[in-house]
Amino acid sequence: MLACAAYMALLYGFIFLPVAVLALFSFQDGRFPIPPFRGFTLRWHEAVLSDEDLMAALANSLGVAGLSSLVALALGFFAARAVASGCLPGATAIRAALTAPLSVSYLVIGLGLLASLNLMGLRLSLATVAIGHVVINTPLCFAICAAALGPPQQAAERAARDLGAREWQVMALVTAPMILPALLAAFLLSVTFSWDEFIIAFLLSRFDVTLPVEIWSLLRSGLNPKTNAIGSVVFLVSALAVLSIELAILRRR
Amino acid sequence: MTAPIEIAGLTRRFGATRALDGIDLEVPAGAFCVLLGPSGCGKTTLLNIIGGFDDPDTGRLSIGGRDMIGVPAAQRPTTTVFQDYALFPHMTLAENVGFGLRMRGQSRARRAARAEAMLDLVGLAGQGAKRPAALSGGQRQRVALARALAVEPDVLLLDEPLGALDLNLRRQMQAELKAIQAKVGVTFVHVTHDQEEAMAIADLVVVMDAGRIEDAGPPERVYRAPRSRFAATFLGDMNMLPGRVTGGRVETVLGPLGDATALAEGTMALACIRPEHLSAAGHTTLAPLTTARIVDAVFQGTHRKLTCLGDSRQGTTLVAHLPATAAAAPGDLLTLSVDPEMVTVLPA
Amino acid sequence: MLAAPALIWTAVFFAAPFMTMAVLSLWQRSDEGLVAAWSLANYAAFLERPAFVEAAINSLEITLSVTVLSVALAYPLAWIIAVEMPERYRRLALALAVIPFWTSYVVRSYAWSLVLARRGVINDFLGDMGLPLIELANSRAATVIGFTHFFTMLLTLTIYASLVQMPPNLRRAAADLGAGPWSTFRHVVWPLTLPGVAVGAFLTFALCIGDYVTPQILGGGNDLALPQLVMLQIGRRADLPMAAALSIILMVAVTLTYLGLARWMRSGR
Repeated sequence: MLACAAYMALLYGFIFLPVAVLALFSFQDGRFPIPPFRGFTLRWHEAVLSDEDLMAALANSLGVAGLSSLVALALGFFAARAVASGCLPGATAIRAALTAPLSVSYLVIGLGLLASLNLMGLRLSLATVAIGHVVINTPLCFAICAAALGPPQQAAERAARDLGAREWQVMALVTAPMILPALLAAFLLSVTFSWDEFIIAFLLSRFDVTLPVEIWSLLRSGLNPKTNAIGSVVFLVSALAVLSIELAILRRR
Repeated sequence: MTAPIEIAGLTRRFGATRALDGIDLEVPAGAFCVLLGPSGCGKTTLLNIIGGFDDPDTGRLSIGGRDMIGVPAAQRPTTTVFQDYALFPHMTLAENVGFGLRMRGQSRARRAARAEAMLDLVGLAGQGAKRPAALSGGQRQRVALARALAVEPDVLLLDEPLGALDLNLRRQMQAELKAIQAKVGVTFVHVTHDQEEAMAIADLVVVMDAGRIEDAGPPERVYRAPRSRFAATFLGDMNMLPGRVTGGRVETVLGPLGDATALAEGTMALACIRPEHLSAAGHTTLAPLTTARIVDAVFQGTHRKLTCLGDSRQGTTLVAHLPATAAAAPGDLLTLSVDPEMVTVLPA
Repeated sequence: MLAAPALIWTAVFFAAPFMTMAVLSLWQRSDEGLVAAWSLANYAAFLERPAFVEAAINSLEITLSVTVLSVALAYPLAWIIAVEMPERYRRLALALAVIPFWTSYVVRSYAWSLVLARRGVINDFLGDMGLPLIELANSRAATVIGFTHFFTMLLTLTIYASLVQMPPNLRRAAADLGAGPWSTFRHVVWPLTLPGVAVGAFLTFALCIGDYVTPQILGGGNDLALPQLVMLQIGRRADLPMAAALSIILMVAVTLTYLGLARWMRSGR
């Protein structure tokens, strides 16, 4: 029992060490976020809030994450429903094709998109970043929706059709509400993934960038309490978002 | 090979609930003991304590004269057939059955021979290469039994092993369990909530409720002359007629019943009669007990279950099982009698 | 019909770019732009240039040590949470174990660079204790630590999932039949959780070998990993065909590992 407790303490220490150090030195009253801790100040947090580039990047990130997740959810949900209905020829092949991007590293997806966008002559922008994020999140939304759709939904859909509902009504009034927790989970998970994604956003953006890319360029200035401040704020926001996903899903159960 | 179990003053609490509340029990070596009771009565907790998966708060437990408190499951002369069978899904049947011997360092050849013999014993000869996933529920149950018996325990513990089987299979497995127990001679402790199962297989039935033993004894005795009200009703329908003890008998609305009770003169008591011990005029030579009017008659195949209203000043409801051939319809008047030896007296 | 939009999107923005990459990897960069050379010259160049092969070996070494370390650290933690801990604390303990998962990916690596810096928290602590300082910053060790931190959390989740799926009676049955804790683990628990561990380990392998951020921030630019080399090609050298070829090599490595794993899992059970 003692060994268990000791091991847990050790691992939790390892897991929390960087976050704790990050948060602590975001309050550093000095120019370097390394020991010794010289006192408590909020000036780095203020610096973050008054940094227009960072704030713009934050807004960009939220926009890209929200929009791309919405598109990914729609694509994934419709496809999952088509595959789950069972009347589609080649459902297995479609399933495989749609989940294929899950097994390819983001770097490769980003590079491929970069190359083909170049060839197509498309200019890089936040829109191209969003396209990339839809590519990585559609398989996720598809898989989550497909897992949630089962015999109970099909029975209810049959009943709805029997009672005269049109196909779009079946989907909007029966299917979607029945798997709402899954839809919510898929959407919020997509948002977190897009919000945190770096390499695709880095490769596919030019002047307007998302937050991780902006933070990346901040890193070039070396160790800086301002990076700690924005980092811990982002952590706080993400953690709260995850907590709300948990609560949203748990409540509905 | 086989060993008696002695339990004294065993208690176990989970928070505020007393799962076991002072259990005293002796199971002779080689007996087939059945712990019977409703869910939550403590029978599984008792089994877990005997098996070494749980520790009592107080009390003594010895198997074959050896104190077992604090001895881990692995070192007890017991093995368990789990309710969900707990077969190892990644091993073949032969590997499952041979697992205990492997843990005891026996050679591969001896394990294989023993596994084959045990699978043969439970009717699965030649199927040792299969995996548990390929078996039906009844077959898995047999493998679990073979695995537990393979290490030659002194005591075999069975935690509702037949609970997941359908009725027919269940009756069949009861007979097989009984036969296997007779063959290997190991002490069996079997947990169930099915009173028919208990009576069919037990040498010793232990009726439990709310962490206590309500009655323990051979099934016939416990059924016919239960020692508590709970035991009386849990094993089947029972007519209970209240009255005062007068001259060694219970003075009920239907007259004095029972004989030579040890209860003190003048105390309140219950005269208990099983429905099948009531018989109707024309089918018996016994003296009439009462006339009664039939309220409800249900044909149940082997007998006809009648609900009657006793013809006395205070109407008493009686349940009687008459032969299926007896003509009886609601509204009919009936004269019922009872064999005085079949009346059990319990304190009220 | 309903699957069409998703299929088209995947075809246009995933499959087509992928084909483009495959095609590009056969082309060459020249001063006038890209030349459709249709040769395996880029792949040959990979084998010929020691720096490239070295990067591939670096990547493999880093990835393998991270995978092994993460499994070794995560398994006991998952075990304690799933088995030793009272049931009502499990969710909380698990949630705690993965909270730092949600720090931004870039920020997490940065945070480790703070911890491991020459005058960072660890050396500050060692100095206070009067112990010799260690040079961890900007090294392969730093990369491995940063990765291991992330994947220990991930693997704790997947291993926990396979541990709680296992009926507790299996462990009791093994103990009942005379198996000690170690035998129970070796003969029952480990074989039954192995598929879960393998899936988690593969995920670790695939994500780790394709990651650019962590080695770039923590590795110090001395021994490069494959993704860093890819980024160098498109950044400094603007050699998209070479970058494409290296990416394909990266992908093939992951796919081969996956196929090997799938085959092993199928034959094993």
